[in-house]
Amino acid sequence: MTAITGADTAATAEAVKFLQTRHRFHWAEVLPWVIAIAVFYLLPGYRLLATQILVMILFALSLDLIVGYAGIISLGHTAFFGTGAYITALLAANNIPDPLIGLVAAAIGAAVLGFLSGWVLLRTAGLTLLVLTMAVTIMLGELANDFDEITGGFDGINFTNSEIFGLIEIDQLWYTSSYIYVLVVLFLSFLLIRTIVHAPFGRMLIGIRENTKRMSAIGTPVHQRQVLVYVISAAIAGIAGALWVQVQGNVTTGVYAFELSGDVLIMIILGGTGRLYGAFIGATVFKILESLTEQILGTNQPYWQLTIGIVLILTVLFARRGLYGIFEDIGEKWKDRSQ
Amino acid sequence: MSSFLNEISTVLVFGLAYAMLLFIISVGLSITMGLMGFANLAHGSFAMAGGYVTVTLVSQMNVPFAVALLIAFIVVAFLSIPFERFLYRHLYRRPELDQVLLTIGLVFVSIAGVTFIWGPDPHLILMPEYLQGSINLGFNIFPKYRIFMIVAGAVIVAGLFYGLERTSIGAKIRAAVDNRRMAESCGINTGRIFTWTFALGSGMAALGGGLGIQILGGIKPVFAFEYLVIFLIVVAVGGLGNIRGTFFAALILGIIDFAGKFYFPEGGAFVIFAVTILVLLIRPQGLFGKA
Repeated sequence: MTAITGADTAATAEAVKFLQTRHRFHWAEVLPWVIAIAVFYLLPGYRLLATQILVMILFALSLDLIVGYAGIISLGHTAFFGTGAYITALLAANNIPDPLIGLVAAAIGAAVLGFLSGWVLLRTAGLTLLVLTMAVTIMLGELANDFDEITGGFDGINFTNSEIFGLIEIDQLWYTSSYIYVLVVLFLSFLLIRTIVHAPFGRMLIGIRENTKRMSAIGTPVHQRQVLVYVISAAIAGIAGALWVQVQGNVTTGVYAFELSGDVLIMIILGGTGRLYGAFIGATVFKILESLTEQILGTNQPYWQLTIGIVLILTVLFARRGLYGIFEDIGEKWKDRSQ
Repeated sequence: MSSFLNEISTVLVFGLAYAMLLFIISVGLSITMGLMGFANLAHGSFAMAGGYVTVTLVSQMNVPFAVALLIAFIVVAFLSIPFERFLYRHLYRRPELDQVLLTIGLVFVSIAGVTFIWGPDPHLILMPEYLQGSINLGFNIFPKYRIFMIVAGAVIVAGLFYGLERTSIGAKIRAAVDNRRMAESCGINTGRIFTWTFALGSGMAALGGGLGIQILGGIKPVFAFEYLVIFLIVVAVGGLGNIRGTFFAALILGIIDFAGKFYFPEGGAFVIFAVTILVLLIRPQGLFGKA
């Protein structure tokens, strides 16, 4: 590094400085967590919605890893969400109610599924990959429905968690401790994801996304790396699924719903792909928009589908970098004006 | 022995009728993907539109079924042109993800739209007299409609192949699918070919939507999503842009799907996905696709 810095010109020095400081925390990165804590104290009536948003942020982050960073388009990410959810629920229903063991088991189970499916699926690309990811998810959903004596089918399974570390109960009524629990898990997972994308591994994923052939030519084992990020992403999606059912104390085959795969993809597009905070913005806006639409217009007509359809079309046509991209543009203009 | 023959012929006739339907709807999607390289997930919406046009014409305006199908074909084909001209065209060169998302957005809007107009419940139509009841073919009795579906499908398939293999328009389309640049340098206006093939494909989907009302148990708003996966599977297994491939894929998958549901009422829906995964793993480019 010093050799490059010593090598001179202002331009290279600036580039090197950028590379050296890119991963450092910006003050604005505190914002989401401050908001999350503020919501907890100021809007206790919305804790249920807020908890759901936090879980969806984690799920969206996991998808962003493969879609936004590695450029793997998947319409079947609920396969891992659902598997994590069922593993946790089935453990809890069979006398292993510890929530943390549930999380770890969900992560491992989803990762194994991610490895098995990723290893074979990721040899394909484009439409074939899209169809295969969909097929795997729908197949798992069908299986969950067929084996309803195990999965509880449409009615689902109810279960209770034990206390975390034998001390803190996950409360399923007022969402106090459960909100904090989800927030802490999200925070730790986020730190892990943030480290991954700023590590050389993350840069390599972007390289694969931008030009697979070139990355392969300079010696990157592309398939192996894609499988690796797929497994990581699957594990995190599994954790999100586990959290989703732990705070509700109930699981149904709905966790495998193909629609949810679409929803979470829409969330990261809405927020902006390949930039982590896009998942935060996207999941939050999506869920708030959904609940606002249902409150104002009601659920008896498909107002929500109309809303999200129009939002999606407009985003693709006019704001391809998502809401985060719009914020970035506004920030740039602001800077230009103040200079 | 005769019960075995009964079973086999039932599976074949019902499966074949379903396969014809799959082909009529999917072929447009396959051409769109092969020709324009555009992932049009809203294809099911065009089929759904055809179904609703047919339902409205037959049950509210007493138009004969066959005429209604023809009108559905024409209406949807023309309706689809502005979509291609003003919306899809901007995204031909954009990444697949953008195309997928835009068309998913369209699916959502179309589902909401038809729910507002026709409501969420499935719509059925009364079939004309000559398509009601069953027909005895000597060894087994079949519903007339399934036989009609197979015959109609066969006629459409034959017409399509004739058009593509024996007419100059067909030759131009095949040239554009095979090598767009080369076709353009031979003086073929590929932009116009795109538009007309897109309209034709959407019209075929609408025709399928109308024909499918009886077989799929009515037309309802979720149709656009529910069957989209199946159409995509047919296209992927057949190989993008490969019409012959799409036909054989529809044939294989249609019959396998029906056989699966017939022999394993529980979990039979699962069979078609397992077959698809297997096929695409061995041949990612589809059964008849070029590597």
